[in-house]
Amino acid sequence: MAFKLTEDQEQFRDIVARFCRDKSPTTAVRELMATEAGYDAGVWQQLCAEVGAVGIHVPEAKGGVGFGPVELSIVMEEFGRSLLCSPYFASGVLATTAIAEAATAEQANELLPGIVSGDVIGALAVSEDARSFEPERLQTVAAEDGGSVTGSKHFVVDGLNANLLIVSARLNNEPRLFAVDAEAAGVTRSAQASMDPTRKLARVEFDNAPATLLGNSAVDITPIYNTALVALANEMVGGAQALLDAAVEYTKLRVQFGRTIGSFQAIKHRLADLLLQVELAKSTAYQAAQVLADEGAAGAKASEAASLAKAACADAYLEAAIQCIQLHGGIGFTWENDTHLWFKRAKSSEVFLGSPNQHRERMLQAMGV
Amino acid sequence: MAEIESLKSEVRSWIESNWDPGSSLVEWRTKLADTGWGTAHWPEEYFGKGLSPAEGAEIDQLFADMGVLGVATSGVRMLAAATILEHGNDAQKKQYLRRIITGEDSWCQLFSEPGSGSDLAGSTTRADLDGDSWVINGQKVWNTSAHHADYGLLLARTDWDVPKHQGLSYFIIDMRQPGVEVRQLKQMNGHASFNEVFMTDAIVPRENMLDQPGNGWQVAVTTLAHERRGFDRIRGGGALAQLEGPIFDEYRREVEIDNEPYKWYPQRAGRVDLILERARETGAIDDPVIRQDIARLLTMSQAAQWTAGRARAAQQAGKPQGPEGSLGKLAASNIARLASRVHTDISAMDAMLTGAESPHDGVIAEILVSVPAVSIAGGTDEIQKNIISERVLGMPKEPRFDTGPFRDVPRNVSET
Repeated sequence: MAFKLTEDQEQFRDIVARFCRDKSPTTAVRELMATEAGYDAGVWQQLCAEVGAVGIHVPEAKGGVGFGPVELSIVMEEFGRSLLCSPYFASGVLATTAIAEAATAEQANELLPGIVSGDVIGALAVSEDARSFEPERLQTVAAEDGGSVTGSKHFVVDGLNANLLIVSARLNNEPRLFAVDAEAAGVTRSAQASMDPTRKLARVEFDNAPATLLGNSAVDITPIYNTALVALANEMVGGAQALLDAAVEYTKLRVQFGRTIGSFQAIKHRLADLLLQVELAKSTAYQAAQVLADEGAAGAKASEAASLAKAACADAYLEAAIQCIQLHGGIGFTWENDTHLWFKRAKSSEVFLGSPNQHRERMLQAMGV
Repeated sequence: MAEIESLKSEVRSWIESNWDPGSSLVEWRTKLADTGWGTAHWPEEYFGKGLSPAEGAEIDQLFADMGVLGVATSGVRMLAAATILEHGNDAQKKQYLRRIITGEDSWCQLFSEPGSGSDLAGSTTRADLDGDSWVINGQKVWNTSAHHADYGLLLARTDWDVPKHQGLSYFIIDMRQPGVEVRQLKQMNGHASFNEVFMTDAIVPRENMLDQPGNGWQVAVTTLAHERRGFDRIRGGGALAQLEGPIFDEYRREVEIDNEPYKWYPQRAGRVDLILERARETGAIDDPVIRQDIARLLTMSQAAQWTAGRARAAQQAGKPQGPEGSLGKLAASNIARLASRVHTDISAMDAMLTGAESPHDGVIAEILVSVPAVSIAGGTDEIQKNIISERVLGMPKEPRFDTGPFRDVPRNVSET
């Protein structure tokens, strides 16, 4: 188990952190979240070309950058800390991982370079109702020849921004993934009003939309799911740390009753508790990334570690957000104060890809309990 | 590397020509004290070889590997030794260290008082100089092994007119005297691991003060630092306690007496290791609500282990300690409390039973009535949170009301 980063990884973290500080102050977040696209195309190009963030965890043989889950997690933690607005989770995590896992090498080499360069934005359309990511209740169907799909998908992250949709559908009653041109006839997209304005969601309807079948056999969604969960867990601990830092900083400055409120034990103890919860969550997120690096993303160990981390980090993130507002008092509930930006990300991340309760159960089942 | 190997081969040949399982424990350990091989990392003039702690650890390991007993280390004695080594004078080191490592003397710690637990420096046990003796009056509490100790490490107030930390002195007190009365203190879980110690005109010869008058707090900090370091030490005597022969019988008796107070410590930590077994044997494993709590508990417990792993990795890499290094004790409290709750849910009405009637021959009941100790012993959760918020998060200290002369500091009614 590696609980510390290599020197190269530390340097990479510094590069990503500096990029986020430069490109994603909260003024930029506020500006972008109010737009329909929700991101800055120039920053996105730099993120792909200069940082090399998209495809970072995908082997070069499949058209990726050739690092692994630990590097992906470094990127996610820094993005979570800074709330950098970009289609990274949709394109760089979900669509990229889905293509790398489900497509043939030839297909991956055809699809991924455009995504890795940032010219193409991918999105993953798998969820059909509020509780499904895994394909048990999959209703979308493919035509018998696999050349088109029909169905309805919800909660498609950056679905409006995408040029390329990776869509799950049943082909001869087997779950498969398809590549669909987002602009094609038969594809209808509409925005879903998302509580977190920094994570844009869409509804996508497919009516005999032309599709390209990926891979040669039934898709195993597990490694895609686990990779997404670990990425999200690391994003969440980055956000939780930002909230903790903000709460500590504010309570050291704010004076009431002739003393800084941070000198009251009632507040110090709450922040000590929060630090403990955030640090424990970090350990689960780092551990999960390492398990994926060591064991791959498909097995029971990966599912156990990924679900454990998702549940622990979601709880810690939301707790940090709630406490950060409370410790700011009235100002913490205002639009002007930045806390709500992270609160909304925490709140939507809590249920995104499954709730903490679902993941605790999934973890136990992966353990064989 | 080569040096370590030649050192080890020297020790190996010394052991081969000197180890005699037929001798008594004290005879053998006297040989270790005389040659310095039992505490090789101590200075040469005081029963050691002047080697580094790492070399000392290699030698201890070699003893264990060869099935050979080392010096006495159980109980409080090594805290006494470490404190005397750091703060004692030449005469004190010569007088006490030998019989500590031969196991002939046992020790206890006399720090906490009924009126000063978390606020240890608020000690009101008094030491007054009368001729060539200090006269001690006061009460101590939570003194592990005091009922069979020969000596005590005593913190007492010698100056009431200076701020509280500056008026304390540190003494070695002979426990076998009329002015010292030891009473065992029974806990809510039925065990009696600790004692109360009443001192009424007890006598400490003038030369038995460690370090200087008024430096007692600094000396106590040394003792406490060694106590924290040993907090997670595995107890039980190790593989050597399995070997046969009279010298090992003697060793087993010593370990059994010294470890008696710690028998219930696994239970106070919540026995997370028993959770799945209990859930399966009771069928609670199928209850979706209990499953959630089990998953929460296992997650917290694993996360605490990984967090400790991160702290170790940072330490090995020579990095400054991050927050992850200060959180273990608080995490352990949360884990124990949650474990106790989950054990209760799993056991259902069986949680009303105790003794042999309680599941696992009473272990479950012992968990339920022992866990409340974890968040108190060795520094309460509240003190831990103060330390974490002030030292890790850099938050301001509370305003203080105890910085003036100790005489004027508000105290518990019983002490004024």
